[in-house]
Amino acid sequence: MASVESSSGRTFLRENLGTVLFFVVGALFLLDLVRRLATGIVSGGRFGTLLWDGIIFGMAIGLAGIGLALTYSILSFANFAHGDMVTVGAFAGWMVTFIIAGAGKFSWQALVLIGGPISVSTHDLGISVVNTPLALLVGLLVATAFTAVLAVIIDRIVFRPMRDQSGIALLIASVGVALALRHLLQFFFQTGNRGLTAGQLTPSMTVPIGASAVTVNAHEITLVVLAGLLMVATHVLLQYTKLGTAMRAMADNEDLAQVTGISTERVVLLTWLLGGGLTGAAGFLFALDQGTLTTTFGWQLLLLIFAAVILGGIGSVYGAIAGGLIIGVASRLSLLWLPGELFVAAAFVVMIAVLIIRPKGLLGGVTSV
Amino acid sequence: MSAVARAREWVGVSDVRLLLAVSIGLYALFTFFSVALGFDLNGTVNTLQRITFLSAVYAMLALALNLQWGYAGLFNIGVAGFMAVGIYTMGMLSASPQASPGGLGLPLPLGILGGVLAAALVGALIAIPALRLKGDYLAIVTLAFAEIIRLSFRSRAMEEFTIAGTTIGTGGADGLTLPADPIRRLFYEEPGSLVSDPSRLGLEYFAGAKMLGIEENVAQGWAYAVLLLIFVALFYWLLVRIGNSPFGRVLKAIREDETVAQALGKDVRLFKIKAFALGAGLMGLASILWFMGEGSFVIADTFEPILTFYVFVALIIGGSGSNTGSVLGGAVFASLLFEGPNFVRRIIDNTFEVGSQPDTIFAAFGSPDALLAYVFSDFNLAALRIVLLGVVLIYLIQRRPEGLLGNRKEIASTVDLSERPQEGDQ
Repeated sequence: MASVESSSGRTFLRENLGTVLFFVVGALFLLDLVRRLATGIVSGGRFGTLLWDGIIFGMAIGLAGIGLALTYSILSFANFAHGDMVTVGAFAGWMVTFIIAGAGKFSWQALVLIGGPISVSTHDLGISVVNTPLALLVGLLVATAFTAVLAVIIDRIVFRPMRDQSGIALLIASVGVALALRHLLQFFFQTGNRGLTAGQLTPSMTVPIGASAVTVNAHEITLVVLAGLLMVATHVLLQYTKLGTAMRAMADNEDLAQVTGISTERVVLLTWLLGGGLTGAAGFLFALDQGTLTTTFGWQLLLLIFAAVILGGIGSVYGAIAGGLIIGVASRLSLLWLPGELFVAAAFVVMIAVLIIRPKGLLGGVTSV
Repeated sequence: MSAVARAREWVGVSDVRLLLAVSIGLYALFTFFSVALGFDLNGTVNTLQRITFLSAVYAMLALALNLQWGYAGLFNIGVAGFMAVGIYTMGMLSASPQASPGGLGLPLPLGILGGVLAAALVGALIAIPALRLKGDYLAIVTLAFAEIIRLSFRSRAMEEFTIAGTTIGTGGADGLTLPADPIRRLFYEEPGSLVSDPSRLGLEYFAGAKMLGIEENVAQGWAYAVLLLIFVALFYWLLVRIGNSPFGRVLKAIREDETVAQALGKDVRLFKIKAFALGAGLMGLASILWFMGEGSFVIADTFEPILTFYVFVALIIGGSGSNTGSVLGGAVFASLLFEGPNFVRRIIDNTFEVGSQPDTIFAAFGSPDALLAYVFSDFNLAALRIVLLGVVLIYLIQRRPEGLLGNRKEIASTVDLSERPQEGDQ
């Protein structure tokens, strides 16, 4: 025993070698960043732009991550269909936005298909948060409601009959759902990049930073503000309502929750509704910020959303938000060192590193919501 | 009793007979498709070659995955990544230095060996830290790893690089040039060239095929397909040997209960790493055999995650844990789910004189003809095929997680304890 105690310093280093290494590498990057900023290799404006982009991206990923974190903690499986739920939400919402904003100006077929195979001029349609606030608001609500209902329907058909099966079986089923959803969208909407918003009609302002400046537009602010509000609302719901308590109880210990009289199936239903709704909203807002829409964007975001959720500690809603911001900012800042085509790969490397070094997430082992 | 179970009883219990029966059935079906499409003998033989080729590669991949998942319970959804490592390493080692991007020009066997070892090594490197993780974390890590591999192979940074004075590379988005496959080497004087004279052996083989009315390229393709079938047999043999070895029994014990295996003094981690690396190496080999036979170059976007899911569907159809099931699943997936819809489309194209594809789903609902043309256009059929795949995946995992062959999990003990004679027996 004595020898163990005497070598406790070394034991600590050995057991936490990964963590130490991770922070050393992180610190080195930070030092290099400071050097580059100080010597002017990277202008303040470029840094500011990347940082702002990272925050927007991180808020969107964090919002999308809450839904994944909720289902992960309540149902204990990694839902690979989550990314495609983001896409479906965006399509449902934008269809309605297009119909409201373009009624009378374009054929209804073109509007229902959100352009796509029938070309629609985004400039003539003129969607922006100042021009067509009502169309966007209704679109956001529809995206939220549609995705929430769809999540429940998918749960009823696919996941509910499998409640007693392992997390891996559920994961495989969710891969099936992801494939089916994405390719059904492609079948009906056809693939191709759709333009959504009118760039010229979106007001923007320039924030000067030193000699250069960062441009911030209204859609970016909309995303950040609305995502922030939805996050606060989720926090209040989980912390101060009976449903929130029940959900946290179930995430901690399903059997105990059941013993205390919590109807687990009802909690599962509400979890899908809440998680699905947030997911749909995230998809709609992300598309608003990007100004474009494809059938694959959610799938491409999926691993980054997983990265955020894991980084924050699976099952922790606040962790998902924090993880989203870290992944968002880190991945954008990585562009200072890496070519753009490798930025997704860089984010995955960070995720794998986090998973291996701290599988419980950076914020510690929070397993309850 | 399900139709499959009845079929099994009918054919008998022998795995070989079952495989033969399924092969004959699939060949008969695709011969029928070919005849319905008005193919001549050469065309029909070509169709059957394609089916054999795809069935064989998916069977090999399913077998390799079975080693990781069915035997050791390791959930790897980065199959495409290990495949990419295998074929890219082989290509960079063995492609001729004059090609673009140039390779090292090493002999083909060395290149293949290098590719397999590289895939196995990468597998071990991924496994060492990742195996500490829960099943679903391992899934996410392996998927992310496969995407990292694909994105970096595609990137301009790795398009061409110089090591010790020799320039090699992945070719970036344009893809990688591959060396000529062994069958071409056997049958042609200059295997690398498309307009080469046949070798002596090739001359005789092609002449023989000509007498049967089969053209040179189809005959060559069949020779390659037979080579693949030999490799399927080798994979199968290897997996059965591993399964019955002490090593394999430990793997199955780990799958059933890790704590028990550990309590028996087995180094669980080491066994897992070995199984994972071996499986990854086999995936690399399967990938090398596949893409070398497919053409003279390969692009990184071939290795998108969907390829991994194809292999999973093949394995799940057959039933994870069963080697015969893996081969069967590979054949059923490749022919019915993968190639089948294309043939159905071509037959419908021919019989109904389908017009040009309407632009939108609304135009498609205008008339039955338009709907048919919309559904059976290249793009839409490809989408529907994957929708079907997703539905099949959900159905199988919900209703028949044990696969077509029923519950035939490789048992961990030397004798099947579940078949212990009852007290009243004898």
